[in-house]
Amino acid sequence: MTVCVLNVDLQTDATLQVDISDALSERDKVKFTVHTKSSLPNFKLNEFSVVRQHEEFIWLHDSFVENEEYAGYIIPPAPPRPDFDASREKLQKLGEGEGSMTKEEFTKMKQELEAEYLAIFKKTVAMHEVFLCRVAAHPVLRKDLNFHVFLEYNQDLSVRGKNKKEKLEDFFKNVVKSADGVLVAGVKDVDDFFEHEKTFLLEYHNRVKDASAKSDRMIRSHKNAADDINRIASSLYTLGTQDTTELCKFFLKVSELFEKTRKVESRVAADEDLKLSDLLKYYLRESQAAKDLLYRRSRSLVDYENANKALDKARSKNRDVLQAETSQQICCHKFEKISESAKQELIDFKTRRVAAFRKNLVELAELELKHAKGNLQLLQSCLGFMKTNT
Amino acid sequence: CHRIGSKMLYLDIRGDLDSEIRERGTQSLSSLSTEDVSANTNGPNQDALFDDDPEDLFAEATEEVSLDSPERDILLSDGPSPAITPITPPTSVIAPRIGHTHDDMFTHSSFDEIEEEEVDDSFDINISVSDPEKVGDGMNAYMAYKVTTKTSMSLFKQREFSVKRRFSDFLGLHSKLASKYLHVGYIVPPAPEKSIVGMTKVKVGKEDQSSNEFVEKRRSALERYLMRTVKHHILLKDPDVLQFLESSELPRAVSTQALSSAGLLRMVNKAADAVNKMTIKMNESDAWFEEKQQHFESLDVQLRKLHISVESLVCHRKELSVNTAQFAKSAAMLGNSEDHTALSRALSQLAEVEEKMDQLHQDQANADFYLFSELLGDYVRLLAAVKGVFDHRIKTWQKWQDSQILLQKKREAEAKLQFTNKSDKLQQAKDEIKDMEGRVQQDERDFEQISRTIRKEVGRFEKERVKDFKTSIIKYLESLVLTQQQVIKSYFTFRYVTASV
Repeated sequence: MTVCVLNVDLQTDATLQVDISDALSERDKVKFTVHTKSSLPNFKLNEFSVVRQHEEFIWLHDSFVENEEYAGYIIPPAPPRPDFDASREKLQKLGEGEGSMTKEEFTKMKQELEAEYLAIFKKTVAMHEVFLCRVAAHPVLRKDLNFHVFLEYNQDLSVRGKNKKEKLEDFFKNVVKSADGVLVAGVKDVDDFFEHEKTFLLEYHNRVKDASAKSDRMIRSHKNAADDINRIASSLYTLGTQDTTELCKFFLKVSELFEKTRKVESRVAADEDLKLSDLLKYYLRESQAAKDLLYRRSRSLVDYENANKALDKARSKNRDVLQAETSQQICCHKFEKISESAKQELIDFKTRRVAAFRKNLVELAELELKHAKGNLQLLQSCLGFMKTNT
Repeated sequence: CHRIGSKMLYLDIRGDLDSEIRERGTQSLSSLSTEDVSANTNGPNQDALFDDDPEDLFAEATEEVSLDSPERDILLSDGPSPAITPITPPTSVIAPRIGHTHDDMFTHSSFDEIEEEEVDDSFDINISVSDPEKVGDGMNAYMAYKVTTKTSMSLFKQREFSVKRRFSDFLGLHSKLASKYLHVGYIVPPAPEKSIVGMTKVKVGKEDQSSNEFVEKRRSALERYLMRTVKHHILLKDPDVLQFLESSELPRAVSTQALSSAGLLRMVNKAADAVNKMTIKMNESDAWFEEKQQHFESLDVQLRKLHISVESLVCHRKELSVNTAQFAKSAAMLGNSEDHTALSRALSQLAEVEEKMDQLHQDQANADFYLFSELLGDYVRLLAAVKGVFDHRIKTWQKWQDSQILLQKKREAEAKLQFTNKSDKLQQAKDEIKDMEGRVQQDERDFEQISRTIRKEVGRFEKERVKDFKTSIIKYLESLVLTQQQVIKSYFTFRYVTASV
């Protein structure tokens, strides 16, 4: 599998390398073959593979989130669920409508839908791979036991998806967390760095969300236009074969041109999707993970301040002082630990973000230029031919 | 003599009158001709040529005639020869010209001679429709358009002149031309369609983008309509067309209003025509017509399909433009929040690029529409006019068949009367038969004429179609080239900035 596009600065060191070497799409699930190469003593072999499904990735992610030890890190965002529903529906509709179109039309549409399916498939594999790579690159998370089990245990992890009760619990947990988050966010931070990060991340996250949605809409319109050009090419072809005047040669030439430019337009939409939409979507999730980190830190700060107040109260009443002192020390320790790692995490986040955006924007510009030049050449050569033959 | 030969050939095709004419032979052409002439109900042009003794004209028919003989032209410009039947339009400026010779005369009417010549003359006329101006207020308001003609043709009084016209004037012109020329086989370009919704918005005074777009669409359609009309060398010379282009005042065409009595009558007639078309079954003796009709029918289907796809493209490109603009704004906002300076600048550049793209998409959508979509729409409507002309031919054929049947009936009635003693009734019957024979001949000539006209019109139409499509599509491709060049320019700058992040 190709190296993930979104991870630019990941150290590809020999101690731990993870990738998804294969994937199989079955009826309603995708089976990923996770391939690991490692020189670490923790593993039995130096190179091995296991098969994992999406739910197992989610289990791993959730185990990180729930682990208090990792409160001070940005937990790499979970990959989105593979969604082939739309594509599958289209293929099914095509199968049903087979009788109503010509053989050429049917084959053409089938090829396109299969290409679309393949594109979605490739994307979901890439997203799952990015998650694993991020974990493997993180100095602390890569040592996580669950991670090693995930990589090595060649049996089913027996991780079932959450049932209704658990999903409901999750929902309420999120509601409480959001409300709490609002309360906690109101607490002004003494540290300038974190205060700035809080304001920044809040605004940034919202704007990335907006940009991601608008980018998706723009790309969808682009795809629609490319589909129209496809239909126009087909109609022109039919006209060309039926016309009795010298227009038939003309129509056939234009039809051929539009077939080619249509492919270019589709590629433009696909590349924009990859370099722009996917980038924005990923940083939407990462900025949320960063926000979560800030929340955890603020929460621990509030706990620390509450512990301080409790200690003062205990000292003034001279009751349970030792207990209050211990509690306060734990909170203080927790808060300082989170703050220290959080600072580094947020700096790394910025570095990663800038690098990823730079790489993708440059590549986007290159691809747009390449496609526009390709289109221009096709158009000019066709025009040249037509003008000399008129 | 070639002339007689072809005449005999013609006579062979004519049904009932065969035996009668053949026995008369060439000597009696004169008597035949006078009968025909008297039964001839064509326009006033005929009369001018009957100043000479018709007998003399046709006596010369038996002589070897040189192609350059002036008398020949008189012969050929009217009379019983089936190849020569002036078209009915009475107000036409085109009188059969005498003094011009043409090799192929036997298959053309004098009318045709003139058509052939005009094609050789330089066709130099350009019409533009511009400056839409709202006149009046409320529901009585209307748009006035300036129609400017630039020409070097001697047909016109000036070289450059303008008049003010409103939409109903255009419809009135089309209505007049259609009533004069459609039923004899000329493909009259259809006028742009009415739009009650569109016009109401304009009248009510909404100065928004959609009503501006509507006015521009209409202006462009009116311009194309006029250019197509004057490109037709017969229509160009029609006095109604000349009056439309030149005279400053034009009587209002009230009968073009959708809800007028004339409008309702038109709708009723259209319905009646549709029913008739379904019930007339014509024995097509000429495979050419059937082939052409099928060709136009399948062309119609294909053009409609293509038109729908292009309209969809216009729609999606407009959507793309709107969505790109929104994304540009969003990217700018994102750039503002980004606290890494260089990346922030790159994101602002991205926003700028996308803004340019939005404008390019908008421009391209307009090119898609005016150069491609409207061309297809025009041709779908033109093909309806072509179909109409083919239908008229069938109606003309039917008329001829009907008169033949009527003639037969009258002959039968006369035969019966032979055995009675009612001499006055018998004479009346004989007179009626003579009239009827004339009518049958006329109907047959009409049918032949419309068939001939359609053949030429189809040739002209196809030539125009080829030219139109080639020109428009080349222009359209050029618009696509321009867009791509702008895209390259924009992304080039963008790449330069992002590389420095």
